[in-house]
Amino acid sequence: MEGVPSESLREGFGGLETASSRAVAATPDPAGSRLRRRKAIDRAARWIITLIASTAIAAVALIFLFLAREAFPILTSAAVHEEVTLGKMIFPQPWREGEPAYYAWQPVSKVPKYSLLPLLVGTFKVALIALIFAVPVAVLGAVFTSELAPRRVREIVKPAVELLAGIPSVVLGFFVLMVLATHLQDLFGLQYRLNTIVAGIGLGLTIVPVIFTLSEDALTAVPQRYREAAFALGASRTRTAWSVVLPAASPGIFAAIVLGFGRAMGETMIVLMASGNAAILSWDPTLPVRTVPATIAAEMGEVVVGGPHWTVLFVLGVLLLLLTIGFNGLSGWYVRRLRQRLGGTS
Amino acid sequence: MRLERGILLFVAILALASCKPPRRAEGRDPSRGPSTLTIKGSDTMVMLAQRQAEAFMEKNPGVSVQVTGGGSGTGIAALINGTTEIATASRPMKASEKAQVEERRGRPAVEHAVALDGIAIYVHESNPVPHLTLDQIKRIYEGRIRDWSEVGGSPGRITLYSRENSSGTYAYFKEAVLEDEDFDPRTQPLPGTAAVVNAIARDPRGIGFGGIAYGGGVRALPVKKDESSEAVVPSLETVTAGTYPISRKLFMYTAGEPTGLAAQFLEFALSPEGQQLAEKAGYYPLRPTNRE
Repeated sequence: MEGVPSESLREGFGGLETASSRAVAATPDPAGSRLRRRKAIDRAARWIITLIASTAIAAVALIFLFLAREAFPILTSAAVHEEVTLGKMIFPQPWREGEPAYYAWQPVSKVPKYSLLPLLVGTFKVALIALIFAVPVAVLGAVFTSELAPRRVREIVKPAVELLAGIPSVVLGFFVLMVLATHLQDLFGLQYRLNTIVAGIGLGLTIVPVIFTLSEDALTAVPQRYREAAFALGASRTRTAWSVVLPAASPGIFAAIVLGFGRAMGETMIVLMASGNAAILSWDPTLPVRTVPATIAAEMGEVVVGGPHWTVLFVLGVLLLLLTIGFNGLSGWYVRRLRQRLGGTS
Repeated sequence: MRLERGILLFVAILALASCKPPRRAEGRDPSRGPSTLTIKGSDTMVMLAQRQAEAFMEKNPGVSVQVTGGGSGTGIAALINGTTEIATASRPMKASEKAQVEERRGRPAVEHAVALDGIAIYVHESNPVPHLTLDQIKRIYEGRIRDWSEVGGSPGRITLYSRENSSGTYAYFKEAVLEDEDFDPRTQPLPGTAAVVNAIARDPRGIGFGGIAYGGGVRALPVKKDESSEAVVPSLETVTAGTYPISRKLFMYTAGEPTGLAAQFLEFALSPEGQQLAEKAGYYPLRPTNRE
């Protein structure tokens, strides 16, 4: 994709040169027409650049439009309403005779039940555990590599952490499923081998490099004079890192954490493999959990195209997209505010 | 400003372009490739169709049979859309699906029973429970029986495993054993029988279900139809004789009476040779074959 625009740009500028040189030779009043041509070419170039720049925006907008189009029947289609409405997805539903209404996710059933709550709670629960696991590791690791580590250590640690981002999530998932889950169960005597903690740790491994890299960038961006001032006051390296550099970089680190949270909410493969996938409405981290993306991945392959179940899965997709966009927007806004308050240049 | 208007215009153009609904491929021309046959559907039946397809291709040089899984629903959807000639399904087609086939393809769906399958109830090999009745299994999966000691095992909370709700095995179990009641929310769905067996082999308190063809580290429990009947071990004999309580037919569907290659293939699948292949692949022939 990147080759095309640069080529067309080059063509545009090449055209400029030949056109202007010819213009000099042919016309009696070269200055006016040359200016006009230049302006035209300038406009064309700007258009091309605009077009390229808006491709990314267009992609997001179109994905959203596509999801929304498939999810829309939840509001309008009578055929879908026979099985499910937004109300049924939000409020508890009667589920067994003699038992109180419950938030059940049982889409393949005589009376299909599509409660969102267990999936949403599950998605947040797993992502939170991933954060609890990943944030200390990643942030402290970033402080260490950028502030304290000798250069030789830094040159090993940094690429190693970044390499972690290159491990396919399905491989991580496989490791977590086959090895880690059994060890954790033996260690803590858990009833469920696959549970939220296991999946959360697996997810944590995938977001450590995200948070680490961005935090490291934020720390490195703290102006050198802050450190020099701290050293001049007699602070040690550790003290400087902890009390001066880390607070100064906090908006960037906060943004990194929120971005990691968004990644964790959307990550599919590891949770699909290691979470047990049972849709239980509970904050208990030792129970299995079913997340929104895992549900879409597990169920999309088999549903009737355009049917109620299909529509509900697209509603889930819209919800997930809105959640991640919302989190990113929120973090952007908060970071800007934090930066203004700190008055820093980081 | 101009730039912003440009962006908006570009997005709008793309949006308009995407609005033309790229709806579903047209029905496949049956004469498209006279030498190609596609079979799509039940994951349970992939092995069956694959073995039969291999032998069929060997007997008919120049013919190519493509077998893919995805699940019974996927196969039936493909039959409705006309992207497969034969749909395999480990459950009978629903009335709504039959209506869709007739509507979209202009011909009624034709059902061909090709083999039998049984659902085995798996527990860890160290689990001392001697057998379970259908009713006990149902109550276990509904979450009404929660401890192994309630069904004659050693005390310990039962961990429930099932198949993903997109699988034919799930639908069949739910219908035949749970009588359409819902699963306990704590039931952990897994993507295949191999995954179920693998999970139970690592979980002494686990119970799960799946095809009979699998094993290792787990024990297939004898099942009683009710309190007074005999406990039956899932096996070739008990499934074909129909005495094992959780057994089912496996189907292949065509839109209209099969013609050409599809007809030849189905004939082969039902021939003694095809049935023997089914048995070798871990399924059960429709009738006990004459085995010397």
